[in-house]
Amino acid sequence: MYRSNVLVCGGTGCTSSDSLKIVDKLNEELAAKGLDKEVNVITTGCFGLCALGPIMVVYPEGSFYSMVKIDDIPEIVEEHLLKGRIVTRLLYQETVEKDTIKSLNKTAFYAKQKRVALRNCGVIDPEKIDDYIAQDGYAALGKVLTEMTPEQVIQTVLDSGLRGRGGAGFPTGLKWKFAAANDADQKYVCCNADEGDPGAFMDRSVLEGDPHTVIEAMAIAGYAIGASKGYIYVRAEYPIAVKRLQIAIDQAHEYGLLGEDIFGTGFNFDLQLRLGAGAFVCGEETSLMTSIEGKRGEPRPRPPFPAVKGLYRKPTILNNVETYANITQIILNGPEWFASMGTEKSKGTKVFALGGKIEHTGLVEVPMGTTLREIVEEIGGGIPNGKKFKAAQTGGPSGGCIPAEHLDIPIDYDNLLEIGSMMGSGGLIVMDETTCMVDIAKFFLEFTVDESCGKCTPCRVGTKRLLEMLEKITNGQGTLEMIDEMEELCHFIKANSLCGLGQTAPNPVLSTLRYFKDEYIAHVVDKKCPAGVCKNLLEFKIDKDKCIGCGMCARKCPVSAISVTDYTAPGKKKPAYAIDTAKCIKCGACIETCKFGAISKG
Amino acid sequence: MQKKISNLPFKGTPEQEAQLKEVIKNHLDDPGAVMPVLQQAQDIYGYLPIEVQTMIAEGLNVPLEEVYGVSTFYSQFALSPKGKYNISVCLGTACYVKGSGDILNKLSEILGIEAEECTPDGQFSLTACRCIGACGLAPVITVNEDVYGRLTVDDIPGIIDKYKNA
Repeated sequence: MYRSNVLVCGGTGCTSSDSLKIVDKLNEELAAKGLDKEVNVITTGCFGLCALGPIMVVYPEGSFYSMVKIDDIPEIVEEHLLKGRIVTRLLYQETVEKDTIKSLNKTAFYAKQKRVALRNCGVIDPEKIDDYIAQDGYAALGKVLTEMTPEQVIQTVLDSGLRGRGGAGFPTGLKWKFAAANDADQKYVCCNADEGDPGAFMDRSVLEGDPHTVIEAMAIAGYAIGASKGYIYVRAEYPIAVKRLQIAIDQAHEYGLLGEDIFGTGFNFDLQLRLGAGAFVCGEETSLMTSIEGKRGEPRPRPPFPAVKGLYRKPTILNNVETYANITQIILNGPEWFASMGTEKSKGTKVFALGGKIEHTGLVEVPMGTTLREIVEEIGGGIPNGKKFKAAQTGGPSGGCIPAEHLDIPIDYDNLLEIGSMMGSGGLIVMDETTCMVDIAKFFLEFTVDESCGKCTPCRVGTKRLLEMLEKITNGQGTLEMIDEMEELCHFIKANSLCGLGQTAPNPVLSTLRYFKDEYIAHVVDKKCPAGVCKNLLEFKIDKDKCIGCGMCARKCPVSAISVTDYTAPGKKKPAYAIDTAKCIKCGACIETCKFGAISKG
Repeated sequence: MQKKISNLPFKGTPEQEAQLKEVIKNHLDDPGAVMPVLQQAQDIYGYLPIEVQTMIAEGLNVPLEEVYGVSTFYSQFALSPKGKYNISVCLGTACYVKGSGDILNKLSEILGIEAEECTPDGQFSLTACRCIGACGLAPVITVNEDVYGRLTVDDIPGIIDKYKNA
């Protein structure tokens, strides 16, 4: 028994700000004070509040230390762990209320969250299978193998209403049912952990914080469809996730929870890791399976669907990490429990990776049907620096932008599609008034042009042409006709591309055209970028009445575009400076230099 | 994305070749062997020059065309060597929104190389990468294993100097 447990986040966000060195320092300090037998230090998965990392929680008090520095450790050990005096100064200040300390679950960030898929993240040591088992781990697999038929398992998943969390939202139970119905000498269960959407890190956090939940769910899926082999296809860019998955697979083997004759029931199931190599298209199911086969990850036409002919042309199911993370809870708590959360057609919870212009960057899990306003303003803590919300981008390069007018729509699969975006895997990037929507559309198109595999023409050539038009518009060479042409091309690419990548690639353009057409028009007609982002459309100006004539900007200007004028403002001692716009390269160096706010762009 | 193919001479050692042969041997029965073998070969050599790809093709008994097809398809396979210090700039959405494009331009300006290139002295190489998932620290760059977050353009010269003098 330990007197205190200290949980330190070992997710990618916190390890990037040296949380593992904090663990070392803690152990060192504790040993020096002779407390190493009394205080237990545990490296966990992601707590979700990544913006405040590195994060450290001390139990039984539940004290939440945020943005911990190595230099703070001796003080925390001496004061808190030795003398029992919480170092209030270093706590996450929202948990501090006058003389008392609030529970983390009552803070704005956590209060509205409901953690199902993330239930063990930040709670257990992901490298210890015993920690997982203590949280009812592998109980669902035991129940399935000893008390349920494969048909009952599939029916349970169907009844729960669980839909694929990878983006498209296909009912998971239906996928399993199709694969179970096809007889074959070998079937496969695959897990899509190739989280490629820029700005999304839900799956990584589950794999890093609770790898066994995915392994257990895949074994359950194997039993349900009659498969004895599985592959987890994980991005090589996630080294911590890869390492912990491998540890988890080895431990499960050791405990007889993977391999032959699991729980003495005669059921065999084995898992292998396959590493991706940085191709976004491999998140598409047919590409992913081609890649597991060791080939170029190009998609192929469907049908035949993977449930009929998938990996090595055998019946295969492929589910996303977060989908699997819900399975054990559905088995243990029953489908009714799961279906009681969410909206009519979207059940359960969804994890979102909040990022962009938001106070609390991090990972949140909320019931389906939570509004965007609750996520952005309450959980996310709003927009920093008093800026105004402009849009939220969901679904990454396949999704769209949701404007302020739709902030109160309950988020579920169908509502998002209706307003021209999509759930996607769960990336949620917040944008404020300083974000240019045309530039964002261009950013996503650059991404898809890079990542288009080149197999089909509509995607390979179409996205390239689309990007060229966007470049012209942001350079001030666009026309109104071009906007119409662009829209037509978007619909063509959507209708004719081979796989999901191409079919959704125009979404960022279409959704910004739908809600922010005025910005496009400002770019082509007025040749202005309202957000002040598109460099070629900017004009830098010095306010001659604010300029005190110090000449700092002129010295900083790399192209000598700033020179002194013969105008001296009333009350100023020296003549003002002015920018020659023909020479200006719009680097912005002058604005950063001016201490008097006399230079503006627009 | 077009890959930069190195024209520097191949400098593999017999030890590296023995390691690669061992890797190939362990994957002879694996139907999807090309990718895992290429990944481990890249760990051994640091990049995948055509000489290494030829050894893999011959060892696994698959056409070189297929190996080359795979190595050029995936962005993680490098056909050009990395510098002693490889600088990766995250261009994921969150970092981009917070100005990582300017950071990349500044690095490129200081080092005199474009993204996906290596300086002639072999000290620095520059890569633009997809989201590394540290969005809370945006904008982020990594220099080998070191992560630098919440950066501004002004931080860049100092970071480079640190490695130049190392």
